[in-house]
Amino acid sequence: MSTPTFGSDELAQFRRTFFEECTELLADLEERLGALVVSSSDVESLNAIFRAVHSVKAGAGAFGYTVLVGFAHRFEALLDRLRDGKAELDERTLVSLVAAADVFSALVDLARQGEVPADDFGADVAEELAILLGSETAPRPAARSPGSAAEELPASKEKTYRIIFRPNAELFRRANEPLYLLRELKTLGALAVDCDLSRLPSFETFNADDSYLGWTMTLRSDCSPDAIAEVFEFVDNECVLTIAEADATEAKPDEAAPAIAASSKPTIVAPSSPSESKPAESKSAGKTGSISSIRVDLYRVDRLVNMVGELVIAQAMLAQQFIESRDHDDPAANQGFEHLAGLTRELQECVMAIRMQPVKSVFSRMPRLVRDVGHKTGKDVRLEMAGEQTEVDKTVIEELADPLTHMIRNAVDHGIEDAEVRLAAGKPAEGVIRLSAQHAGSNILIHVEDDGAGLDRDRLLAKATEKGIVSANVKLSGEEIDELIFAPGFSTAAAVTDVSGRGVGMDVVRRNVQALGGRVQVTSTAGKGTRFTLVIPLTLAVLDGMVVAVGWEKYILPLTSIVESFRPGRGQIRVIPGGGEVVSIRGEFVRLIHLARVFGVSEAVTDPCEGLVVLIELANGSKLGVVVDELIGQQQVVIKSLQDNYDPVPGISGATILGNGRVALIVDIEELTRLYDRNVRIADATTRPMAANA
Amino acid sequence: MVSYTLKGAGFEVLEAEDGLKALGILANHRVDLIITDINMPNMDGVTLVKRVRAGGPHVSTPILILTTESGDDRKASGKAAGATGWIVKPFAPEKLLSVVNKVCPA
Repeated sequence: MSTPTFGSDELAQFRRTFFEECTELLADLEERLGALVVSSSDVESLNAIFRAVHSVKAGAGAFGYTVLVGFAHRFEALLDRLRDGKAELDERTLVSLVAAADVFSALVDLARQGEVPADDFGADVAEELAILLGSETAPRPAARSPGSAAEELPASKEKTYRIIFRPNAELFRRANEPLYLLRELKTLGALAVDCDLSRLPSFETFNADDSYLGWTMTLRSDCSPDAIAEVFEFVDNECVLTIAEADATEAKPDEAAPAIAASSKPTIVAPSSPSESKPAESKSAGKTGSISSIRVDLYRVDRLVNMVGELVIAQAMLAQQFIESRDHDDPAANQGFEHLAGLTRELQECVMAIRMQPVKSVFSRMPRLVRDVGHKTGKDVRLEMAGEQTEVDKTVIEELADPLTHMIRNAVDHGIEDAEVRLAAGKPAEGVIRLSAQHAGSNILIHVEDDGAGLDRDRLLAKATEKGIVSANVKLSGEEIDELIFAPGFSTAAAVTDVSGRGVGMDVVRRNVQALGGRVQVTSTAGKGTRFTLVIPLTLAVLDGMVVAVGWEKYILPLTSIVESFRPGRGQIRVIPGGGEVVSIRGEFVRLIHLARVFGVSEAVTDPCEGLVVLIELANGSKLGVVVDELIGQQQVVIKSLQDNYDPVPGISGATILGNGRVALIVDIEELTRLYDRNVRIADATTRPMAANA
Repeated sequence: MVSYTLKGAGFEVLEAEDGLKALGILANHRVDLIITDINMPNMDGVTLVKRVRAGGPHVSTPILILTTESGDDRKASGKAAGATGWIVKPFAPEKLLSVVNKVCPA
């Protein structure tokens, strides 16, 4: 196989775009494939899979990836037969489709890396496809001659163009009439027109002299793109015009005709012949079809996010200076500042939203995984998903893939029992894994739950002791034992299976999640199942915070975890035996933690009755009373990673710059209890706890 | 030749020698289409287009300008003045009719 030797930047750019699109198409393919069920006739999914394969094939053809094209062709042929109902989607076919998708994706990867696949690459799968395709398609070598794509081109030169015509408002000023242009276009071939009314204003603001409509048209014609452009010659500068060649539909008039007759939606449902279009064109055809999204370099978005972050800080500093200035009671200026603050915040939200994506893109890989692993381990497992539309920062999504894959794989391999064991335990033979996502404040919660045997604590402990992770004489609570699975170098599977247990364990999952500023928890009930919960911040960039003062220091508590704040009365405070204080609030006792003691701040209020107690709720639902000197106010802060600029500091999730230019640390509330216990213990060892800060 | 072709196609044609005369005709008649050359005595085509677009009954009447092959800047200035489209000289009668059809179907 030879790749074209243009070497020009442009070609490299096309190729990059092609592979970017491949990634998306393959993801889509995977998802659709995961949704396919034996003996169903889900034509929509089949069509979608076909389109994905076809699009990749079209681009691959243009770049000369002949092996890929050859395989795609075979793949396509089977899909075509399936959606036409000429072949049945039985178990064997489904397995082959999945296998074909793997080979296909591997071929794309090879092409991306510029490697030439071996001649017999995926030959077994190709053969299986050929067998399924029936006798009329005799098995051919997977690598087909480069010319083979061309021979399938329809004899007719008729092409399908997708034309997007969005006139500017001023179009009528020069007496151009879109209607005439559309009529003119109609003389070139079969035309389907879809009118875009989205720019129509309300009646009050409607200006009869302005043009508001836009059109998206599909034209089937043997004319050249130039001929189409000529129709719009006079309005060239007064409109947004895209003429792109869509996938040419093979000479199948019966199929093409209805698509065009149904003039409201000019989508060619199922292009079924190789496209002649160049990748650049096919790109615009694919993308302009729905101008609802554009592709933007992530770097640019990140820069924007960063700039807006700086803007927020600058705005806060300015506002602070204003408040401290002598003009601070000028109502007009005040109003201006408020407006600016509002706008800044809105801008920031908009910018952050750009980076948000539904977790679906990760979740959609999981059904396939469950099926595969279930197949390999011989277990009958069903995956239930919920909350796929929950949005989270793109970086978070990318980083989620590995931990989730790992956890799901574990759940199938270790969590779910064999069918006999399940039946013996009175459970249905089919195991269920639930994967769900939901927002909780500024976090996203992801649960991976199985209805398997639960964690075997005895075995966990035995293993941990054997590996020297815990010493034999230490007494651990049930939860602490469960936590052991996160210990580095811990793997419980008695036998290392092909599926999981290759040394990379839950400790990696925990590390990945922690790197995202999140945490992972496990709860397990023997015989009932195990549930992992990932708590991950929605975005790594901003936080709604409450600025609190402790001595001379200012700290930030995440606003979303704060329930309330109050100054307790003497009677509300109880000292519990063995050290420690609790505060009684509405009949509930909540443990008190002095922030000053956690971070060793001197000159802070030591008596909760003189300071304030901020009641916070932790991710596991328990509450803590954090003792601070006073509340300064709430503020949206831009998180600056300490890890990137310094070193990770326990109890601190990041830093930010306050309005006055000072740095304040953001408290990692989940770590507070642990740190507090440690510090107090250290203090206890030397002196009395209360004296530690005296 | 423009006049001849259009008449042949069934249009009713009013002719003027220059821009000023054209304005005079337009003041007294409602027309569906204006075709004008650029180079004309007394008032050139671009000025004529500007005047027509400035207001009056023909403010939204299609205007075609006649330009030569090399007259890209002419096209642009005519367009800027408010012309709807152009016809490049020399042209075949069919071409003229097709262009006319595009802005003002018979």
